[in-house]
Amino acid sequence: MLALAAVIALLPLVLSNKYSYDIAVLVGLNAIVCIGLNLLIGYAGQISLGHAGFFGLGAYGSAILASRYGWPPLAAMLATTAAVAMLAYIVGRPILRLRGHYLAMATLGLGIIIFMVITTEDKYTGGPDGIAVVPFSLGAYVLQGERVWYWVVGGLLLLAAWLALNLIESPAGRALRALHSSEVGAEVVGINAARHKLMAFVVSAVFASVAGSLAAHYSGFVTPGKATFLHSIELVTMVVFGGMASTFGAVVGAAALTTLPQLLTVFEDYEMMVFGAVMMGTMIFLPRGVVPSLARLFQLRRRKDPASDGKGGA
Amino acid sequence: MSLLRVEGLTKKFGGVNAVEDLSFDVQPGVVYSIIGPNGAGKTTLLNLLTGIYQPSAGRIVFDEHDLTGRAPYEYASHGIARTFQNLQVFFNMSALENVMVGRHLHERCGLGTALLRLPRLARAERACREDAAELMRYVGLKDYLSAAADAMPYGALKRLEIARALATKPKLMLLDEPAAGLNPTEALELDDLIGRLTGRGVTVVLVEHNMRLVMGVSDHILVLDYGRKLAEGPAVTVRNDPKVIEAYLGSAVAHDGSLGNAVASAVAVATAVHR
Repeated sequence: MLALAAVIALLPLVLSNKYSYDIAVLVGLNAIVCIGLNLLIGYAGQISLGHAGFFGLGAYGSAILASRYGWPPLAAMLATTAAVAMLAYIVGRPILRLRGHYLAMATLGLGIIIFMVITTEDKYTGGPDGIAVVPFSLGAYVLQGERVWYWVVGGLLLLAAWLALNLIESPAGRALRALHSSEVGAEVVGINAARHKLMAFVVSAVFASVAGSLAAHYSGFVTPGKATFLHSIELVTMVVFGGMASTFGAVVGAAALTTLPQLLTVFEDYEMMVFGAVMMGTMIFLPRGVVPSLARLFQLRRRKDPASDGKGGA
Repeated sequence: MSLLRVEGLTKKFGGVNAVEDLSFDVQPGVVYSIIGPNGAGKTTLLNLLTGIYQPSAGRIVFDEHDLTGRAPYEYASHGIARTFQNLQVFFNMSALENVMVGRHLHERCGLGTALLRLPRLARAERACREDAAELMRYVGLKDYLSAAADAMPYGALKRLEIARALATKPKLMLLDEPAAGLNPTEALELDDLIGRLTGRGVTVVLVEHNMRLVMGVSDHILVLDYGRKLAEGPAVTVRNDPKVIEAYLGSAVAHDGSLGNAVASAVAVATAVHR
């Protein structure tokens, strides 16, 4: 937690221009989504291939309420978040009964339906062309500029990490980890597995929705692109790459895979191929993800060092 | 008044009746053992008694509540806990956390409290941790208080499941072959542990192949064969029942020479019958 705060505080020292701040904000927003998604995938062990849909709903909810109906952005964001939470609850109840591939297919379907609705309801959403979004404002204060957004998103990222870590360390979080390991074992000690999976699903949808709302206000424009299936896959890749069941892994994954395409602009057309390659490489070489693998390596080193010292002494 | 009443319980898998028209009562405070050859339906019965399987017919009444058709977590909330023959330990957690999970039913913790980590939760968590540690010492796992579950030996994991089940504060504890895979010393320690469970007021249903353990601790024995009740009664009666000796102990003599003194008399009868 302190390390994350330190990185956020010190990062501006190396961020030289608007463009790098812009990327840092995008990293932060993706990281918030990934922290939420990691609760579902990494801790509760349930897959979702539709979280870009919740991100898109957050973005469009804020955009439509704030820009078309003139709601104060904060009210628009809160109302949107509540609506997305409700939707996740209603949809999650039946689909979280499914397991493995079936759950993946159902969430994928959910994401695609949301994308289709956003694209076709052009009366409200502007269709494939997207719509412009007013800047985020609180009263008279208007939130503008990459630097201001950097600190806001940085603060919210810390808040998201704090909330997630709290949840994981609570009885509810233990229940999630338990049912991930053995659902039968969890049920016979009194854990209502379905209820806890649903809770993780709703919380992760809320994180995605809030990040979506912020992204809409930040960029001033939303298109259906952020609600696509490919974006869902990107999010899952970030979680898997960074390390499942590791909150900071989610942040690292988001940082690495948000920055990578920006650095490799030459690959622009092949971005998804790079993502696919990263996913495959991770599954083969670092199945636990980057952060847990490195942490383990570090632990092994530390355990080995005194032993080798002993040998040297003898 | 019986703690657990099973009436006409039947479980069909396709055309096979794994458990067939089974009725029995478990009185509070006893050690009630269920024995029978492999495939007799013992584990199926335990899965029925914890809601993991739904019965094809029959009723399960526990502590005056009809639990037939309920979900496993509801069985747990009424006070039935169990261990597993094939371990269901949470290997992604520490040993202590495994036991803390067992306290789930007794932790009042809303989503908001959890997310914001209110001071109330921190206090409850400390108490939960202490209770869990206490239970680990109780079952003889004090050496593993800071161990990761996936670094523990098999015998310790079996005890860990008992500690986790105890953490739910059960009225009835179902032990599925607790002695399987244990060395003789560890198996001997189980007698003592099971005795202490009943001392705490926990009724025990024991499914076990180790006849020395069964004969040593049981008050009452139910013998299953092909999913049906072959015999039932006080341990002494069942031990000397010729039907039981024929179906169960008789074959046990043939395959397992290491029977304990407790069944020596039964063995003698069995040998006589076989002659």
